[in-house]
Amino acid sequence: MHLKYESQIREPLVNGNKDYHQVTEDIIRPIEVKPSRLWYIGFSISVALLLFGIYSVYRDVTYGIGQWNLNKTIGWGWDITNFVWWVGIGHAGTLISAILLLFRQGWRTGVNRAAEAMTIFAVMCAGQFPIFHMGRVWLAFFIFPYPNTRGPVWVNFDSPLLWDVFAISTYFTVSLLFWYSGLIPDLATVRDRAKTKFRKFFYGTLSFGWTGSTKHWQRHEALSLVLAGLATPLVLSVHTIVSFDFATSVIPGWHTTIFPPYFVAGAIFSGFAMVQTLLIVVRKVLNLQEYITIGHMEAMNKVIVLTGSIVGCAYLTELFMAWYSKNDYEGYAFFYSRANIFSPYGWSYWGMMFCNVVSPQVFWFRKLRRNVAFTFFMSVIVNVGMWFERFVIIVTSIYRDYLPSSWSYYYSPSIWEIGFYLGTFGLFFTCFFLFAKYFPTIAVTEIKYILKVSGESYKDKMDVVENKKAEEFAHDYAH
Amino acid sequence: MALKRYVVACFDDEEVLFPAVKKVRNAGYKIQDVYTPFPVHGLDHALGMRETSLHTAGFIYGLTGTITALTGMGWVFTQDWPMNIGGKPNFALPAFIPIIFELTVLFAAVGMFFTFCYLCQLAPFIKKHHFHLRATDDLFVMAIECTDRTNVEDLKGFMQNAGAVEVNYQVAESGWWFGRYDKQQNLYAEPNVIG
Repeated sequence: MHLKYESQIREPLVNGNKDYHQVTEDIIRPIEVKPSRLWYIGFSISVALLLFGIYSVYRDVTYGIGQWNLNKTIGWGWDITNFVWWVGIGHAGTLISAILLLFRQGWRTGVNRAAEAMTIFAVMCAGQFPIFHMGRVWLAFFIFPYPNTRGPVWVNFDSPLLWDVFAISTYFTVSLLFWYSGLIPDLATVRDRAKTKFRKFFYGTLSFGWTGSTKHWQRHEALSLVLAGLATPLVLSVHTIVSFDFATSVIPGWHTTIFPPYFVAGAIFSGFAMVQTLLIVVRKVLNLQEYITIGHMEAMNKVIVLTGSIVGCAYLTELFMAWYSKNDYEGYAFFYSRANIFSPYGWSYWGMMFCNVVSPQVFWFRKLRRNVAFTFFMSVIVNVGMWFERFVIIVTSIYRDYLPSSWSYYYSPSIWEIGFYLGTFGLFFTCFFLFAKYFPTIAVTEIKYILKVSGESYKDKMDVVENKKAEEFAHDYAH
Repeated sequence: MALKRYVVACFDDEEVLFPAVKKVRNAGYKIQDVYTPFPVHGLDHALGMRETSLHTAGFIYGLTGTITALTGMGWVFTQDWPMNIGGKPNFALPAFIPIIFELTVLFAAVGMFFTFCYLCQLAPFIKKHHFHLRATDDLFVMAIECTDRTNVEDLKGFMQNAGAVEVNYQVAESGWWFGRYDKQQNLYAEPNVIG
């Protein structure tokens, strides 16, 4: 019975002569052994950053956000920049797990679990910024519409900032459910291999008593497919709504209809870069090079060059529209505040242009797409560039607004703003280190599912079959 | 909770499993379930299972979310506390679209996930009978229910011929932690039939 057939021309997605048991061994093994020294070092650094972040936030709550260098003109600085940056990073996980599932891209199986985890942690980090930017964080629950004793005074459903509340919380919930429903069968695998009492209890609880029954698998498939179908428009909507925070205002440089697609492309661009950064380390440290192959990295680099070019196209369109519209304020925002390298923030605009538009073009070359060290370097560059993008959009548009008397010349962050940002790095990597240690970083069941069509050994075997006469082959392997 | 008797046959390859399923069903035995380490496409049809209606449930949940968002916001802005926001009409449908969409997705996803857990009887701390520990690793485990007319030894031999790598006999409790999962299946309600 051949359920699916994949051409031999395609690169194998799982290298080495693996059978089902070997796949389980390779992926579950890191959970069952003591973590390496490298893990402890990385984990300690992350926790240290997290603690510094917690202290910064503690000061924010105690003294108010006046200790940030924001002022009346520049009311959004590092905080909202970091918020948009982290949310954007999250998008790649959903893209890989949902959109590529609908497009039947087999290579997603190697990277989707870690990418989804990254999504969840990134959204967690993103959420901190608007919450603490509110100032009186203990009243944060006011943002939810509930019948209250203050009138009831409801939230403003017409405001893009409230749409954001709904979008981000829905996005977090749906990503979490999607990730966890996929994780249940894998956790059951860990449970059934567990030797220690603690591990049996821990994974037994987390795996919800999964047995692998055919009926359950049938429902599981239906669930993943529908969740993927829901997550696909959701992920597009989330960054669209984030871009509405800017686009629905009347600030020059923000008030453009191009923002939604431009933000979504940028989000996927930065997210894939972050997936690359993480997975290049993970595959090396956990010894998973046979599952996260060079082919996987090449595929992701292709997405990076595509989305990077879309983003570049959007930058140029913005510049063109600023000129073509003959709107003085737009023109000033783009040609004085941004594209002029001698203006106070000119460096950030050109830094963004270089990191996001020029540098990813090197991925047109196959040699560079398949170079691990170079890809790692580029993934960091791209994320630096995407941070600059959000900084450029936010700060260069508002530091000189319509009223020259309120112009604020220079904004540089205070140590506590930076500390907060570093703290979210701490949160993100602490979560990711724990995930890599205690959860299967690759979807074991999904690898097994594609093993017989995309595994190297099966490809070799099928090569012989394919060399038979074409009609005979078509007869045997037709659907 | 009745005890039922099973002959459990393990296969190490789905390509052997499919003909075996066919053979067992043709021979008139009742397959209780097949436990697989990953979703094997077409196995549900080979076992004669009907399609799941989880999608329909998801649609209904989604619709509930749409209606909740629309009526909730409409009620708040037209009846409970009408406000003039930037001169927009109180019932500003275009401005409601983002939240309507988000709640549709949220309700559908959360509802479906919990329905899935309920239907499959999945929850933390739940205890179930596992026929073979390697069913989540590399074995395809077929559990065939025995009646009092079943000759267990014959069935075992039959399974070995069908390509099973391991065959054994188990007595397991049917029924689950909450709800009754297997109402339509004729329960074999005889607790002391081991032998």
